[in-house]
Amino acid sequence: MTRLRVPDLVRLGGYGLRSRPLRAVLSALGIAIGIAAMTAVVGISASSRADLDRALAALGTNLLTVTPGQTMFGDEAVLPDSAVAMIRRIGPVQSATATGKVPSTAVYRTDRIPAGETGGLAVLAAQPDLLSTVGASFTHGSWVKPSYPTVVLGATAARRLGNVPAVYIDGRWWTVTGVLAPVPLAPELDSAVLVGWQAAGSYLSFDGHPTTVYTRSQDAHVSAVRSVLAPTANPSSPDEVKVSKPSDALAARRATDQTFTALLLGLGAVALLVGGIGVANTMVISVLERRAEIGLRRSLGATRGQIRTQFVTESLLLSLLGGAAGVLLGYLVTGLYATTQAWPTVVPLWALAGGVGATVAIGAIAGLYPAIRAARLAPTEALVAA
Amino acid sequence: MSAVIELAAVTKAYRGGVTAVRSVDLTVAYGELVAIVGPSGSGKSTMLHLIGTLDQPTHGTVRIDGHDVATLTDRQLSELRAHRIGFVFQQFHLAPGRSAVANVADGLLYAGVRRKEREWRAEAALARVGLGDRLGHRPHQLSGGERQRVAIARAVAGDPAVLLADEPTGNLDSVSGAGVVELLRELNASGTTVLVITHDHEIADGLPRQVPMRDGQVVAS
Repeated sequence: MTRLRVPDLVRLGGYGLRSRPLRAVLSALGIAIGIAAMTAVVGISASSRADLDRALAALGTNLLTVTPGQTMFGDEAVLPDSAVAMIRRIGPVQSATATGKVPSTAVYRTDRIPAGETGGLAVLAAQPDLLSTVGASFTHGSWVKPSYPTVVLGATAARRLGNVPAVYIDGRWWTVTGVLAPVPLAPELDSAVLVGWQAAGSYLSFDGHPTTVYTRSQDAHVSAVRSVLAPTANPSSPDEVKVSKPSDALAARRATDQTFTALLLGLGAVALLVGGIGVANTMVISVLERRAEIGLRRSLGATRGQIRTQFVTESLLLSLLGGAAGVLLGYLVTGLYATTQAWPTVVPLWALAGGVGATVAIGAIAGLYPAIRAARLAPTEALVAA
Repeated sequence: MSAVIELAAVTKAYRGGVTAVRSVDLTVAYGELVAIVGPSGSGKSTMLHLIGTLDQPTHGTVRIDGHDVATLTDRQLSELRAHRIGFVFQQFHLAPGRSAVANVADGLLYAGVRRKEREWRAEAALARVGLGDRLGHRPHQLSGGERQRVAIARAVAGDPAVLLADEPTGNLDSVSGAGVVELLRELNASGTTVLVITHDHEIADGLPRQVPMRDGQVVAS
């Protein structure tokens, strides 16, 4: 029994495609679009995750925040004044600092803006070690003079207020000493106007209760610290304290994108299915058109199996061609998108292998039925059809 | 055993009641040059299919090169065609867009010949049919007579026991047709058994042996 060698088979499949190049390209395009869509979706979500991991590694995952919850009667709870000092005494805690919300105070660009147009900005009293604890940095300027009417603007607050030398708070001008870069782990600081702790007390009737405590601890002990934070901050009623880990919140926000990714992946799969049907259609037509060739090959000594293999090979080549183009295209799209987002370009190997694997499966399935039809054709019938 | 083709009481009936070939006996010895001649509808093409093992008889036995066709599997029949039978068709059946050498070399693909050997044997076969200078030409660059010569080269490249030519001159003008018949004669002279199927008595009469057919039966000449 003579068998066709693999290079002969590949060449044989190639002739069939080359004799109808436009048709081959168009049906390969269907596969390519499906694979490109799926590769790009997986790639973009992987790149986004890689960027998050990189960001989290830079920001650290050891920041915990403590905020007052509600009393058992549903009122706003308060943290005791001593909370920060108590938390600092926990062994693995490296730093602890707080901001305090200054009650019912609005910030204006000038003294001429009507009361009420506050722009949604909060005034927070802050301790000087806040910036090092949350990992914030200045775009320009420096920290406030703690006991004078001076402010530092969060990134969003600075954008809303504009480039002003001073802001108007509670009937007084406060000099802007600096502007912060966005703080990913403490986004509430972005829309805040920060004033010194003492200045808040002396000019804005701040009561001195911290409303958010930020604390960093040794990486290995973060969960242990987390479990003792509430009773430490408020020993008398630990239930009125909320403890959270901002890096988890950040990760969770990105994770919600994953349902969206699954949806897009499904759409890509539909495109791939349509592409596969296109390949099957092309192969069916090809078999119908090439009855004379099939008859000739049978007369030259091709077995049914060899005719079948020839058409399956052709179908496999067609979809592999599309698959390779699709993977490449998907990678390019990922790279392009990731570059515009300043993300690292990551396309997981399983996505590339899966893309190629899927096309092989599609090629085999799409080609099988037409190939079986080609092989079943009686040689005399095929020759007469010419 | 000197018969390459042996048909004994062969009948081929198609579904629907048409009997194309009716109890035909035919023996062709190795080295013969035979014409099966008859008008259209006489059963010539069915004879070609039966002798070429492309079809099976309803009754009777067909032996090709000593093998009873009815006892062979599809694989064995294919193997027989690949090694022992060469076909030449009226419509040439050349692959468009592929060179003469590639077309001829394809004839050896199913005989398990390696690529390099296929190519040089194809070149040798083309030289044998007088197309040694047309190796790289594509079918559309060749005349009708040259195309049929390429098809003949493909049929003989594998050194078959029998060459079956179905109306080999049917699509050619008389000069090219005469050239093709002359070529078949030369191939026969160098040892190939040749069976020509034709409706053209002029061609048939020029060959050493005629098998006249009418209404599916061999008639006395």
